[in-house]
Amino acid sequence: MRTFEYHAPTSLNEAISLLQEHGEAARPLAGGTDLVVQMKEKATKFAAPSHIVSLLRVPELSGVSFSESEGLRIGAGATMSQVADSPIIRERYRAIAEGAALVGSIQTMNMATVGGNLCNAAPSADIAPPLLAFEAEAVIVGPSGRRKLALEEFFLGPGKTALAADELLAEVRVPLPPPGMGSAYDRHTPRKQMDIAVVGVAAALTMAGERIERARVALGAVAPTPVRAPQAEAALEGQAPSDELFARAADVSAAECSPIADLRGSAEFRRHIVRVMTKRMLREALDRARSG
Amino acid sequence: MPKQLITLIVNGRRTEVAVEPRWTLLEMVREELRLSGSKEGCGTGDCGACSMIVDGRLVTSCLMLATQVDGRDVVTIEGLAKNGRLHPVQQAFIDTGGVQCGFCTPGMIMAAKSLLDRTPSPTLEEVREGLAGNLCRCTGYAKIYEAVMHAANAGK
Repeated sequence: MRTFEYHAPTSLNEAISLLQEHGEAARPLAGGTDLVVQMKEKATKFAAPSHIVSLLRVPELSGVSFSESEGLRIGAGATMSQVADSPIIRERYRAIAEGAALVGSIQTMNMATVGGNLCNAAPSADIAPPLLAFEAEAVIVGPSGRRKLALEEFFLGPGKTALAADELLAEVRVPLPPPGMGSAYDRHTPRKQMDIAVVGVAAALTMAGERIERARVALGAVAPTPVRAPQAEAALEGQAPSDELFARAADVSAAECSPIADLRGSAEFRRHIVRVMTKRMLREALDRARSG
Repeated sequence: MPKQLITLIVNGRRTEVAVEPRWTLLEMVREELRLSGSKEGCGTGDCGACSMIVDGRLVTSCLMLATQVDGRDVVTIEGLAKNGRLHPVQQAFIDTGGVQCGFCTPGMIMAAKSLLDRTPSPTLEEVREGLAGNLCRCTGYAKIYEAVMHAANAGK
């Protein structure tokens, strides 16, 4: 690894000042499971940083909290383990817990943070589709204060986000799920553990009696960013759930995504998997919505 | 870059170390503290040979900067034996022959210890999941899983 100066700010303001002072030469560091690997391989998606700003001691970034009025707050520094093990997330935001539980090994889950997974902006980030399905918002802090952005608008492309060099993702806000909502996330990988999603699908269904009142479908690894599948959602809303309906919606989501071909799979294979997984996640979300 | 002084607990003992900012926790422990039990396999967090326990949580020390453990509690493979007696997980690896070339063994044992701390009576599936981040190039997994199940039963 090339040498750099290490900073360990103890407040969000101090961290922002450091980023402002050092500009493009600085990089924020959280769990290190993406950044340190890139720095070692000299394969950073940016110039090798000469200043590392560790976010480990910034208290504003830590933890998970929930209230019935405000919904869920996930600090950018919350680890995948904290999210996967959080009782409230497992109970009310199940797909998010499922996404976090799929990120790498136990070791990775203990180090990798939600903020890091989102800011690294891999199209395959497992935490992203579930957060999109729950319509999460990114809370961004910079020198001029806080701003909120729908998570969909946070991702600009592979490795690219809406963050300026002197801004940090501070937390993710997830609205209170309505009663009658069920959610699910899973991904396809050749190996069960320690792999990167070939395709990831999150679904969230809100039932009003026997009709789907609201449907959210979000896809990973089949577009330059994690994406919602709005046409599939529209095909589901207002309808009575059935295998035929889910098959139709799955066809729509396979058609509206834009996968690439790489060593993990051809574009055609990915579309096929989107179809299979969308059906599967819709059924799972429906079961969960019905069992409350 | 000038060295930076950090204070941490290593295997129960308070330690001060002057570290270069670019050193990983693994480099500091091996090269500076001369505790060479933890191994560097891949250096990218995939193989688990460098696994250590930081503040009670299993991590890959090749991806953690030494500066990041300032003020924290680190346990390495050298910290498991107590008063000349091996930790039950270490003894189980010997008793069941869960060791071949030995390179993955320290990481495997740290991961197994961490698993049993969280889940004292794991199923075989839970053992496989708990050790998914640790690779054995000799592919001696069957005996390794057996060792962990054995240690779990011995702990009852």
